[in-house]
This record gives sequence, C-alpha cells and structure tokens, in this order.
Amino acid sequence: MQTAERVSAPAKCWSCGQEVTNGQPFCGSCGKVQPPRQAGYFDMFDLPQKLNLDVQALEKQFYRYSRKLHPDVHARASQQEQEWSLSQASLLNDAYRTLKNPLERTKYLLKLEGVQFEDERGPANTNPSKVPADLLEEVFELNMQLEELRQNQKLGEDDPQLRRDLEGAKDQFVAQLNLLDEQVRSLWSAWDAAWEQSDETKKTAAKEAMTALLQRRSYLQNLVRDVSETLKES
Amino acid sequence: MAEERVVGIDLGTTNSLVAFMQGDKPVVIPGDDGLNLVPSVVALGPVRDGGRPTVLVGNDARHTLLDTPERAIYSVKRLMGRGVEDVAEELKFFPFRLVHDLQPGEVFRVRLGESEFTPPEISAYILRQLKRNAERYFGAPVTQAVITVPAYFNDAQRQATKDAGRMAGLEVLRLVNEPTAAALAYGLDRNKEGIIAVYDFGGGTFDISILKLHEGIFEVISTNGDTHLGGDDIDNLLIAIALHDIAGETGMDLHHSAEAIQAIRKAVIEAKIALSSQPVAQMDIKLPQGGSYQRELTREQLEELIQPVIHRTMAPCHDALRDAHLVGDQIDEVVLVGGSTRIPAVQRLVSDVFELPRRGKQLRTELNPDEVVALGAAVQANILGGGSKATEDMLLLDVTPLSLGIEALGGVVAKIIQRNSTIPASASESFTTGVDGQTNVAIHVLQGEREMAKDCRSLARFDLKGIPPMTAGLPRIEVRFLIDANGILQVSALEQRSGKQAEVSVKPAYGLTDEQVESMILESFDYAEQDIHLRQLVEARNEAATILSAVEKAPSSPAWELLDPPERAEIALLSEKLRVLKDGDDLQALRAGTEALDKATHRFAELMMDAAVSSAIRGQTMQSADDRLGQGPTASHPIARAEFQ
Repeated sequence: MQTAERVSAPAKCWSCGQEVTNGQPFCGSCGKVQPPRQAGYFDMFDLPQKLNLDVQALEKQFYRYSRKLHPDVHARASQQEQEWSLSQASLLNDAYRTLKNPLERTKYLLKLEGVQFEDERGPANTNPSKVPADLLEEVFELNMQLEELRQNQKLGEDDPQLRRDLEGAKDQFVAQLNLLDEQVRSLWSAWDAAWEQSDETKKTAAKEAMTALLQRRSYLQNLVRDVSETLKES
Repeated sequence: MAEERVVGIDLGTTNSLVAFMQGDKPVVIPGDDGLNLVPSVVALGPVRDGGRPTVLVGNDARHTLLDTPERAIYSVKRLMGRGVEDVAEELKFFPFRLVHDLQPGEVFRVRLGESEFTPPEISAYILRQLKRNAERYFGAPVTQAVITVPAYFNDAQRQATKDAGRMAGLEVLRLVNEPTAAALAYGLDRNKEGIIAVYDFGGGTFDISILKLHEGIFEVISTNGDTHLGGDDIDNLLIAIALHDIAGETGMDLHHSAEAIQAIRKAVIEAKIALSSQPVAQMDIKLPQGGSYQRELTREQLEELIQPVIHRTMAPCHDALRDAHLVGDQIDEVVLVGGSTRIPAVQRLVSDVFELPRRGKQLRTELNPDEVVALGAAVQANILGGGSKATEDMLLLDVTPLSLGIEALGGVVAKIIQRNSTIPASASESFTTGVDGQTNVAIHVLQGEREMAKDCRSLARFDLKGIPPMTAGLPRIEVRFLIDANGILQVSALEQRSGKQAEVSVKPAYGLTDEQVESMILESFDYAEQDIHLRQLVEARNEAATILSAVEKAPSSPAWELLDPPERAEIALLSEKLRVLKDGDDLQALRAGTEALDKATHRFAELMMDAAVSSAIRGQTMQSADDRLGQGPTASHPIARAEFQ
C-alpha cells in the first residue's frame, strides 16, 4: 500500500528549475512530468485528507492529469521521462480508483491513520473468534443451513424451503450492509470537521468508530459472498 | 528528414491489415495484389537451390493450404502465448502439427513441412509481410507500429504478440485492445460524448468493451470476452456436421484427411458468408478421395445450428455491463466489429441485449467490420507518433481485462489488481521469509477471476534472490507489480531493511526468453530481386532526405553568408532537382543527384565546421555549437556534425 510520507523539502523541476508543489506529478510551469516521489493519493490530487469529496470534480482532475501523465503523451520523450510517466500514471490511476470509491477511500484514509485491517481475502467464517459477538447465533444457524444445502447438493436433492430461507438471510445481510454504509458516511463529516480543527481526540473517535463499522462490514460482505456462491452452485 | 511513419496493424486470426493516417483520415494500405486484407496464412513454398524453402504469406499461402495443407498454417493467433495443455481442445479441429519432444515449460513449436516454428515466429512472418506492404507503399522504411490484440488477451498472449513484432523488425510502440481501437476509429469525430459498447466477434476471439467518451478521452469502463470464440468455431461446427454426413452417406471417415478437411472448410465458409445476404446456399464439395458431397443449407438451418456458438457471447456482455454498473438500455451506441457480426442472427442478438429496437436505435456498422480495428490502430499510431490536428485531443485510457493475483497459503489467490482497473496500474505487496537465514522467496503470479490458483492462468514464478540472511520474518521485501499501458506485467522488488534492490528473475510460464526472441529475429535480407531494388531505393531516398534537410537549415547558419551568390544559387538548384528525383523511382539518377548536391555543399560544410570550432574556442559550449549545426544526420556526409573534436 502507498504510504503518505509527506516530503518536506520543496522540489524543483528537473527541466525548468521552477518549484513544484508537493506531490504534484508534473511541473506547473513547463508541464514536464516529474520523477515520482512517495506521494499519497490525496497529495496526488492536491486534496486535504478529508472524506467528503466532489467525485465529479475528481473525475475532471483525473482527466486533466491523465492528459499530462499518460505514457501515450510521452511516447516520444526520453527513456527517463517515459519511465517517470509510467510510474506517475499508474499512481494517478491507483489514486483515482481508490478515491472515487467511497468505501475504498474511507479504508485508505484509515490505513494512512495507522489502522490495520485483517486480511480480507479468503473464506470468511472459518475462524469463529472473528465473528462479531451479536451475530454469533445468526451465523451459527446460517452455517448449519449452508452445510445442509451442500449435503443436499451432493445427494442430488433440492429443498426449496431451505433455499428460500437462505435467500431471505442473504437479503437481510445485504440490508445490514447498506445500513453500515450509511453509518460510515455519517461519520465522514465528523472526521472532516475534526480534521479541520486539528482536534486529535475527535479524530481518534471518528477513526475508531469507522474502523469498527468497516470490520463488521467486511465480515458481513464475506458472509454474503459465501451464501451467494453456495446458492449459485446448487 | 520527414518523420518516419508509425503504422497501425490488426494482426487478426483470419485476416491481417496495415493502416496509417493519411491527413486526417486513417486508410488501409493494400498489398501488391491490390487487396486490403492479407489472409493470416503462412506457408512454405518450394525448396530453393540454397536448400531453404521460401515463406509465403497471405493469398499466396492460401493456395498452398488447399494443395499441400501440411505446408501451411492458419489461425495461429489461437496458439499465441499458450501452453500445450491449453491447446488440446484446438487440436481436435485445427490441423496444427505440434512438435512432440517438448520440455515442460517450453514454448511449443508447430511443424510446417520439414521445418518447425513457434507461434510468434509464424505471426512474425505475417507482420513482416504487412511491414513490406507499407514500405512499398511509402517507399520508405517502416520500423515502428501499433499492433492490436483482443481485449481479453492475457499477459502471455500479449507478450507473445510483442515478441512477434520484434522478430519482424518492428518496434511495437503500443499494444491496443481491438474493441478500443474500433472505438477510436468511430470516435474520430471528437464531439462524440456518451457511453458506447463495442461488440467484436472476429475469426477466433470475442470481446465486448464498454467505453465512456468525453472531450476526446476514450475511457474504457469494463471489458470482457472469450479468447476462444469466433467464426472459426462456427466453421468447425459446420465441418463436423459435413464429416458426419459424409461418413453416413459413404462410410468414409475423413477426420484425418487434411486435404478433405480443407476442401470442406472452404465450402462451408463460402456458404456461411453467402447466407448473410441470401436465404439459401449450395455446397458442392469434390472430395480428394473421389466422389462429392452436396448439400443445400438455408439461413434458417444455419441460424439454428450456430445458435449455441453465438449465444456464448451473451454472458460476457452481461458481465461487462455489470462491472460497468450499467444496464443494456443505458448504452448510447453499439459498434459492431469483426466479420462474424455480418451474420443477421448475431445482429439481432446484439440489438436485443442492448434493447436497441425499443429505443429506436440502430447498430453502428458504417465502417467495414473487417477494417475498423486496423483503422483505429492507425489513429493510435498517429497519436503516439506525435499526433496531428485530427487526433490532438484524443487520449485512450484502457483497462486490464483480468485480475492479477499472487498465490497465498493453501493455494488461494490473493487479488492485488482487480480486473477493469485503468492501466497503467500498480500494487505493492510485502513479503518476508519463513526460515532463519533464508535468502530466496518464491512468488507465483496469476491472472484470472477464480479463487484458487489452480483455476487461474499461471503468468510467472518469480524468485526474489539475494535477500540478506536474517531471522525469519524480519526481512521486508516490497514487491511492486505494475501493469503497463500494453497490459503487460513488470515486477520490481526492494528489500526494505537493507535497502537492497532484490533481484527478480522472471520465469514466464509460456513465454520466450529475450535470447530466444533475439535468435528468432527474421533475416531481413532474404528478399527477392525486386525487394533488393526497393531496399536500395529506400536507402537512397533516405540519404537524399538527409542532405536535403541539412541544406534546408543552412541559411540560418552564419557560414551561409560566407558563400558566393553563385554557390548559393547552385545549391538551391541542385536541391530542387533532388527533391523531384526523390519522389521518383530512378535509383541511378537519385544517387547521382545526391552526390552532386553533396559536392556543391562541400565548401559550406567546411566553413560551418570552422565556425563551430572557433566558437567553441571562444568559450561557448560544445553543446550550443552542436545545436547550431542542427540535428545532424549520422551518415558520413560533409554536413554531418561528428567530425570536430
């Protein structure tokens, strides 16, 4: 993952010698692509580390930067500039992809703030210690049903009621997911305000609340995926 | 000297084309037979005195295919970047003759007559033919190209295509996805805005891409496809039916008769094509074993037969729409590409998927579906070659079609770059050691959407070597995976604690090594008589262009003022003459004209050299003196910049 190690010394353009704004991937004066520095995604777009973001403005800026940084634009430049362009354009694309997506944006910001998420890949419910306490009973029930469905499948049997139950459970989890997303969004403004006031206590509170929601979300997401896949297979 | 032209090449399964931007319009360059399409067929001609057979490409090779099929090969694109185990299915239908004694992981070779070739080599022969066609057309060398590939091509297939270009003596400036290229050709009108879908059903591959057009930016939102689905599959189906019929009627099993299969193939293709414009077609096939096979086929029957094949294009369409978070009726325009989209049943299917009739919209078919990809490649070639008025605001933002992952514990794939990410795209991952003092870490990179490594396409195994020996778990090796604008993976690694650049050795699963590619570069001087003449002409034209360009810059040099007026007049006259000769075909006259101008400018060159030397002595940098001499040609010519030291 990209880390936001802010580079303190102002850089000078290698071509025209003018100062280049921190993190800016090309020179504001002559337009030449700059060597990649360890800029974070927010720096790339010269944005504050806030979560409410105008996605349309971001897209516009992405297009504008693409015209400056894309390897096609530098196809006839020096080998060195071509390498920088490749590096900067990939960073631009990675940054845009992450920031335009509300969930990815929130996760990225939390990671910058030192939050470490559990590895989200792989099957969800193998480790019972990860199950949020209030969901234990539901998840236990669900796993029993999934197991039954798989057994039916092996025997070539079909239990329409069981399928309906699972579909119902899935819908309910999806509804919970949507609710979680809304809750996360409602915390964005809390974070943004705390960030503007540099209020560390409030920042920490918002950060921890969002982290808890996202961990729960990630668990539910995997659950929904498992149920969908098992239903699809049978 | 005029900028060298960058050409756009559509290296197709069935046909290949080369195109370039003429003014503000892309045009296809015909071959010397006057035809735009070069069939993607390579054959060995008769063995010559030297003992090496000539290599035929295109229509010449197609005749060989019918007469002596074991000396010809077609649809080689299906084999590009693939392993032996992948092509088992293909071998049932295609008369590819693989070489048997392959080592594991070796790129397979195909037997052609008495020789053996890798698939990229065969593609290189096709590319070289296209390169020659362009050179003949321009009367100038062509060394740079944009080549199109199916959007759904994986890393190995892309790399194999790039290798083929290099073998043919072409620097591949960019691999462009075929549907995206088609969108460029349609989108030359820059006022176009909105969402378009490109449905590309060709000879061997199927792609669907969804793009957003905005102020000249062509942003691919999602792409999907099947690299083994095309008109070939329809042909194979019809061949299988014919073979079955013949066996039933005559008792002859012709499955292993290459001649019979080629004769049947030719007939069913003709019938298939005819049925796109007429309701009934007759097949009358003379069998090499004697006797004939006759059959009438109606369009209705054909459509029923091919339904399962064309239906397979639906799932990728729906997947692409889903990934783009769109539904069919949100697509503003649907562009058809590829010969198979001429089939009326295919057109109906596509219209339905995107609900065009209900919205009163029509499929976009005004550009020839066989040529549109090459035209788009020419547009991209123009953009990369520096652009022109017609392309100045155009920019292509493409995506990677498949997710990139690495194998984690238990054979599970950890996805690090998701499919449909805009390229170039990158991801960094940290790796560490599991044993004290371990100095190597192996990484397995895969491409595909499945959860388990065994179900994905293995791209390469990397060995991170030279890790400083430390306690297990202490080293932190940052590996950066970068998919470049061609959709090809690059890997670099850094050990964080020691700051040492870890060495990455790449073992591509099916690729050729650099050395192998190098050894396969086609000899470019095995030309026939007329090609030698052409080459000499091309070289002479280059030489003339070089001196003319130097003379053009001459008046801005202070040395110019030191010449007598008659000297200047003579130079002007000889330049004018040479300019005319350069466009003609007379090699002798052209050489003489160049020599005459060369002689006339001799004194000027000397004066200029003196000026450069004395200004250097006066304290100016050599660099600025050099600049004043102009970007000199590198040939040994009196105006050349190299001699003052």
